[in-house]
Amino acid sequence: MNISKIALGVAMVLAMVAGPRAVMAADPDVVIGDIDDFSGTYADVQGQGGVEAMKMAIADFGGTVLGRKITMLTTDHQNKPDIGASKFREWADQHGLNMLIGGSNSGVSIAMSKVAAVKKIPFFAIGAAGSSLTNEDCTAYTVHYVYDTTALANGTATTMVKNGGKTWFYLTADYAFGTQLQNAASKVVEANGGKNIGAVRVPLAASDFSSFLLQAQGSGASVLGLANAGGDMSNSLKAAIEFGITKTMKPAALLAFITNINSLGLETAQGLYLTTGFYWDLNEDTRAFAKRYFAKMNAEPSMDQAGAYSATLTYLKAVKAAGTTDPDKVMAELKKTKVNDMFAKGGTIRADGVMVHDMYVMQVKSPKESKYPWDYYKVIKVMNGEEAFGPITGLCSLAPK
Amino acid sequence: MTEIFGVPVVVILGQLMLGLVNGAFYAMLSLGLAVIFGLMGVVNFAHGAFYALGSFAALLGLQLLGINYWAGLVLAPLIVALLGMAIERLLLRHLYRVDPLYGLLLTFGVALIIEGTLQQLFGSSGQSYPVPAALAGAVNLGFMILPKYRAWVIAASITVCFSTWFLIERTRLGATLRAARENGPLLQAFGVNVPVLLTLTYGGGVALAALAGVLAAPVILVTPQMGSSLVTVVFAVVVIGGMGSILGAIVSGLGLGIIEGFTKVIYPEASNIVVYVIMALVLILRPAGLFGRE
Repeated sequence: MNISKIALGVAMVLAMVAGPRAVMAADPDVVIGDIDDFSGTYADVQGQGGVEAMKMAIADFGGTVLGRKITMLTTDHQNKPDIGASKFREWADQHGLNMLIGGSNSGVSIAMSKVAAVKKIPFFAIGAAGSSLTNEDCTAYTVHYVYDTTALANGTATTMVKNGGKTWFYLTADYAFGTQLQNAASKVVEANGGKNIGAVRVPLAASDFSSFLLQAQGSGASVLGLANAGGDMSNSLKAAIEFGITKTMKPAALLAFITNINSLGLETAQGLYLTTGFYWDLNEDTRAFAKRYFAKMNAEPSMDQAGAYSATLTYLKAVKAAGTTDPDKVMAELKKTKVNDMFAKGGTIRADGVMVHDMYVMQVKSPKESKYPWDYYKVIKVMNGEEAFGPITGLCSLAPK
Repeated sequence: MTEIFGVPVVVILGQLMLGLVNGAFYAMLSLGLAVIFGLMGVVNFAHGAFYALGSFAALLGLQLLGINYWAGLVLAPLIVALLGMAIERLLLRHLYRVDPLYGLLLTFGVALIIEGTLQQLFGSSGQSYPVPAALAGAVNLGFMILPKYRAWVIAASITVCFSTWFLIERTRLGATLRAARENGPLLQAFGVNVPVLLTLTYGGGVALAALAGVLAAPVILVTPQMGSSLVTVVFAVVVIGGMGSILGAIVSGLGLGIIEGFTKVIYPEASNIVVYVIMALVLILRPAGLFGRE
């Protein structure tokens, strides 16, 4: 017993000594990490598909940068901020991490952005929605790449109000993301001459939404704003249709991914307005990427999966252009170069960390309109980056108004 | 408009109905747990996973073999029960002689394996099960629009619950089952095959979970995690009703569904903890549960 304990101690000490030395060897690999939900509710939104997309980006780049091999690390944060942050710290200290991709869950991403600031490692938030990442919680190393609560509200809420949906009642997920999304939408509704009638805060992953929906209906509002995501969004929409709520209220999904629409089916989801940063069937470039992706994952890529591809590629291009992995030089390069690939055309990374690019307001097709598998959206409006992400708020100390 | 405590009667009636629907699910699930605990002394943490398996079995039956809802309602619980019985025979059986805590750990592990496997095979975003044509649409009750399917859930659940109660508390078979729990070796001496009886009991409890899963499939998205969020609430329901009390599980299941429904109107943020608050109160005032025998 004692001997094995001693052996364990020796091994641990050796590991601690050997770890950093491996990193300091000549020409170390360029290490890209991905911390995401691989086993929970959001695992399909980015998850394994995001990893595949990142691998595609590395392969497309040639597998090496500055003559150094590009390697990947991935782990499951289990939707717990402490796990995400400590894994990030571990990789930074022991594995020579150069860049991190963050998956779903705003809470985890905010925790990881704090580590990025301390360890000085570029951090691309992909799956997180909370716009505080580039406001109150902004850092010099955070890039919010795909979408945020501001853009979602600017897209869906503006469109709904302009189409006559003047009075809103919200079903809000009772945590940071839900309230940020509701607040963003409320502002947009008011700015466009609409009115916010009320909201009900629904505990996360409730088993039944019908009771909350009847309250929404009782409010007399004309729009049902779904300030929730994933399974909660799907289940509330399902119940809204079952209880005939959608006869008097128009549902607005403030955050919906193509994976959600695929789960619900067009019969249920048809007519729904939503805002997205990417759709696989937009143009030749997106279709070409989607075709390659589909061959690996047997599904079309979500905006987060496409974003993970683009972010990886963007980072590698910046490293190549800067001629170094030095975080400050790479960040400077990122902020002065435009993003041009199948995901974004003329995208720019702003001083506060927002990657400003076109966003799309979509409406879900009816089963009749859908001609082939995954033919789910019609484009209602293309918002340019400025319109979608709005002006710099001044809440981020790096980007005064 | 008539009001009670400032809340319109119409709203109260509506929420009562919705609470009853949710209570129907709680009752069926907690009943299965109570059967397994009451007759076998096993704390079955895999109950939520069997509930999800019931949903998936019905969904796959429909997608791959074209088995309709009504046939699925019978077949899915049978298949899941067979799996449950295999688990009882191969694993659980060896733990009867040790502390119940080991059974809890084992079934918890089984739940993780089942949910992980479902996730690996079908992903996390879930799939939709269509409402059967005969139950599509809704009826106007005057105070609310009630989807026919939800009305069916209440009727089906209450029928199943009280049949199970009758079977266990009022028939000879039930008496034998209870005797097996009371004094297995003695019953064995009378020529009853107790191990087979226990296997069947576990299968029955698991079948109840799977049946609830099939009933739930058209109402919510079928996902691997659908059971794990429900199982903790259901355990609280069982504790409130009295561990192992069949009637307690049914009555507290329905009752808590209704209380939770009202909480959703009065203070929505608390609707996911109200059951636990009641559980704490019951444990302080009546540790054996409302219907438990001291």
